[in-house]
Amino acid sequence: MIPPLVAGLVTGILFGVLLQRAEVLRYDRQLGALRLVDMTIFKFMLSAVIVGMVGLHVAFALGWAAPHLKATHLLANLLGGLVFGAGWALLGYCPGTSLGALGEGRWDAAFGIAGGIAGATLYALAYPWVKDHLLPVGALGKVTLPALIGVPSWIAVPLAAIGFGALLAWFERRGL
Amino acid sequence: MADRPPRPPMNPYLAGGLAGLLAVASVLLTGKYLGASTTFVRVAGRFVAAFAPDLVAKNPYFAKYGTSPDWQWMFVLGILLGGLGASLATRTFRPQVVPDTWRERFGPAPLPRFVAAFVGGLVMVFGARLAGGCPSGHGLSGVMQLSLSSLVAAGAFFVGGIAVASLLYGRAGKGGGR
Repeated sequence: MIPPLVAGLVTGILFGVLLQRAEVLRYDRQLGALRLVDMTIFKFMLSAVIVGMVGLHVAFALGWAAPHLKATHLLANLLGGLVFGAGWALLGYCPGTSLGALGEGRWDAAFGIAGGIAGATLYALAYPWVKDHLLPVGALGKVTLPALIGVPSWIAVPLAAIGFGALLAWFERRGL
Repeated sequence: MADRPPRPPMNPYLAGGLAGLLAVASVLLTGKYLGASTTFVRVAGRFVAAFAPDLVAKNPYFAKYGTSPDWQWMFVLGILLGGLGASLATRTFRPQVVPDTWRERFGPAPLPRFVAAFVGGLVMVFGARLAGGCPSGHGLSGVMQLSLSSLVAAGAFFVGGIAVASLLYGRAGKGGGR
């Protein structure tokens, strides 16, 4: 058994190398995606999702791994997602890439990381209110979209892979 | 040797595909799904506890996650080290205070960029914790599993991001360089 702290560090280093080599750590690339002029970030993310989605579902089917879903809180997922996006567009790095960006010399990322620590603190202070007022709205538990609408995963996974692939093909045709 | 040019970037499809394999390998070998934003809570708890230990001890959210480094904490540290190592090895390490795209739009002054980065980071991590994850935890790990919460959150990340980017830079897809 690999010690978790060692496994985390090694996995992080490998992930950081891939993010850096694909230029995903750059502000210019992240804003390029949000301005819909440079789809590098989408190409990286959707490729990772297609490979990971197929790999994980094969592993689930063979009993080699267990799913780990985050509980659904529809209002909080939606509202938090929109708030996240607003901050992301201002900072130009996401939480993981802010660390990698600092690693490749982007000093502005340090201010984003400091802001992120402040934001986590504010959320911890707000949590008792959020828990009572926002989290109960649309609390559907740990569920996948295919399970919710009654589509088996052996149909949903290939369909999603084709859909994501078609989106990437469309970006390529548009020269993005 | 010092004059060798920077190595060109890796194809994003290849790098993304390898990241997908890494995510699967992590789950198979250690049962861990990639994620990043919970680490901000652990670090914040540790930081705040230095000034107000009671506040952290009594807060249910800090209590839920604790303040000790765990798998994800080391993963996030690893991203920094991987970014540093890869950029040095490929001669693409580039100390920069104001990113190129920002400079073209808002000028070279560091202070506005630092303020925007701090405020952006604050709003972003608050939103990530409300949504239950970030582009790693929801966008990669959750969407790979077709999790409902992750599909909603990841869609909202881009809707919110595209809206504010168009406020900052003008209409999406129009004007400005890359």
